[in-house]
Amino acid sequence: MRRIRLGSAAAAVCLALLLAACGGGDDALQGGTQPSDKSSVIVGSTNFPEQLILAQMYAAVLEKAGVDVTTRLNLGNREVVFPALEKGEIQLLPEYNGSVLSFLDPKATATTSEEVNTALAPLLQAKNLVALQQSPAEDKDGWAVTKETAAKYNLQKIGDLKPVAGQLVVGGPPELKTRPAGLPGLKNVYGIPDFKEFKALDAGGPLTVSALKKGDIDVGRVFTTQGVIAAEGWVLLEEDKPLEPAQNVVPIGRTDAMTDQVKNALNALSGKITTEELTKLNAQVDVDKKDPEQVARDWLTQQGLI
Amino acid sequence: MTDGPPTVLAAELIRWSWIGDHLDDIRDDLLQHLQLTGLAVLFGMLLAFPLALAAIRWPRLYAPILGFTGVLFTIPSLALFILLIPFTGLKIWTALIGLTIYTLLILVRNMVEGLRGVDRDVREAAQAMGYTPARQLFRVELPLALPVIMAGVRIATVTTIGLVTVTALIGWGGLGQLFLDGFTLNFPTPLIVGVVLSALLAFAADLLLVGVQRGLTPWARDRGS
Amino acid sequence: MDVLSDLIRWLTAPEQWSGPSGIPVRTLQHIWYSLLAVAMAVAVALPIGVVFGHIGRGGLLVINVSNLGRALPSLGIIILVFTLVGFGVVPVLVALTALAIPPIVTNSYVGMRSVDRDVREAAEGMGMTGWQVLWKVELPVAMPLIMAGVRTSTVQVVATATLAAFVGLGGLGRYLIDGFAQRDLPQVLGGAVLVAVLSLLTELVLGRVQTLVVSKGLAERSAAAAVGAKVQKAA
Repeated sequence: MRRIRLGSAAAAVCLALLLAACGGGDDALQGGTQPSDKSSVIVGSTNFPEQLILAQMYAAVLEKAGVDVTTRLNLGNREVVFPALEKGEIQLLPEYNGSVLSFLDPKATATTSEEVNTALAPLLQAKNLVALQQSPAEDKDGWAVTKETAAKYNLQKIGDLKPVAGQLVVGGPPELKTRPAGLPGLKNVYGIPDFKEFKALDAGGPLTVSALKKGDIDVGRVFTTQGVIAAEGWVLLEEDKPLEPAQNVVPIGRTDAMTDQVKNALNALSGKITTEELTKLNAQVDVDKKDPEQVARDWLTQQGLI
Repeated sequence: MTDGPPTVLAAELIRWSWIGDHLDDIRDDLLQHLQLTGLAVLFGMLLAFPLALAAIRWPRLYAPILGFTGVLFTIPSLALFILLIPFTGLKIWTALIGLTIYTLLILVRNMVEGLRGVDRDVREAAQAMGYTPARQLFRVELPLALPVIMAGVRIATVTTIGLVTVTALIGWGGLGQLFLDGFTLNFPTPLIVGVVLSALLAFAADLLLVGVQRGLTPWARDRGS
Repeated sequence: MDVLSDLIRWLTAPEQWSGPSGIPVRTLQHIWYSLLAVAMAVAVALPIGVVFGHIGRGGLLVINVSNLGRALPSLGIIILVFTLVGFGVVPVLVALTALAIPPIVTNSYVGMRSVDRDVREAAEGMGMTGWQVLWKVELPVAMPLIMAGVRTSTVQVVATATLAAFVGLGGLGRYLIDGFAQRDLPQVLGGAVLVAVLSLLTELVLGRVQTLVVSKGLAERSAAAAVGAKVQKAA
């Protein structure tokens, strides 16, 4: 008899698990759009600290505006996260207009903010996406070397890499090998030959930072707004030839989820994000190890946005 | 609050205030971990059962089933999840399908071994007593096979708890999300919390299942093996 | 089915077989990480399992601590150690060694315990010292189970060494991580196939080694004992 009771107890537990999974509420097993009269948005982000800060900012101002917000952050790189946006698994993503453009159209040649946004709009529309108002802030992809390396090989501009590339190890995210603004771009625009070795690490993340610090790589792919560059005294090589288009921070969302309520809240925010402010916030997370959500909210409170 | 610029690699191992601030997230991650594990093991058992029965009924199927599942098992879990993404996206099904496949492999093997391990004499006695095949299965063979089957359930559960941390790489990682957060922010606290909690979870699940097994097989206890 | 042809094309392309990012180099890296980890695990786990098994005490402690080790998530450990010591091979080795230890400890202990009391008493009766009993009697008898433990460990380590790529190192996991990031499905598939093949080969090779190392008379006994041990362990 005890056996039967235990058996049914086990079955009851399993059933409860299943029901909890399907029932949900705001729990972790939910995904996708939910019909309701209140606007609701799922905010996503890719996997570096600045993205976490921006996404938390979006979430905070949207909450303040009365929108029902769920966050799914730190999901991976754009190659993973943008398709999730296209499929509706997330509905809003902090993005960079130039990068999205070359992601959607690798042959794009637009360079200024206006050109990029104009070229981007129809590509997004075809996927039921829309770019909201951009920020003045720009976060460009950059190349960093340590002070010592810069001194040794006389490196100040990206073009200076040309004669010595074969002696240097370059590190960056795996997609650096294939993205137009990555290694192929260095070859096509600057004529820089193959480096001695390419180490697939991450995009300005802890792997690249650690490898550059330890000398396992000589040149690292970083983001121009990262706080660690100044903290470590690294040299950010100047872009002396146009390789990268404008990279304004811009929220990209699913057209059906971008209600007026959502748009107004985000547009009010976007105008205030400048490159200097963003770099300062990044430093608080990168160097001071503060929590991105806290950093975002403190800044928004200061700016009077929440 | 902070005094002077600390080094990039944080020296501070556990920032208790971070834990305090993120209790909600930690609780959600833990819950998601439990749900993914529970569902994967449950689905695994539901699928393994008919497969095991088929393997017993038609012994010639056993070797290929075992071989095929054995090969699937060597596919690195990371690869399996990655390969599912183009088909099932970042939804929970990607994680669940991958996880269920792994539990399936462990459970089929143990169910077959367990059922086969039942003494011929016992089976023949049941037949002689007029038991129908179904009754024989549920009243005699399954209970006797339970120790070996439960061993499989234990291994499958602990293995899945470990695998769920890998599914973080495709967006459904339960406590594994803490690993990713610690990694992205280069900050040990979420990492330590994640490692400790998932180890405790696995340990607790194992103990719980041992208890369930003891409860379901009281005769084994008396024999004192 | 053009996924299959893409995969074959990827696997047979000459670039894949040369240079620092070619299959041979990455396979060697993969094997290197795995071997190193298993070697360290054996160095640590084997003596512990053997000694405790010989004494016959502390078994519960050994097995439970070992089970706890099995519960540690490898990815978490790799990332944790990386965050503490930075870029390099240490995080991977720590995680893989931790993964390899439990099966070896458990199996060595159980193997040593599985020696018949009679056999042990007979040996002692013949005047053998404790050490001699351990080396000449218990270890050889425990060998099948010990080898099984090493085999299980090694195959698990080979499958898990893919995680090395997550912290920027080499090995076959590189194809998984890079293929994923570059949206290059044939590369991911290729990597998966290569790791699967390597795991299977490892299993087969170690199986051969096991038959060579274990004496014939024990081999038959051990097959029966293994089933018995499984049921015992389950209860």
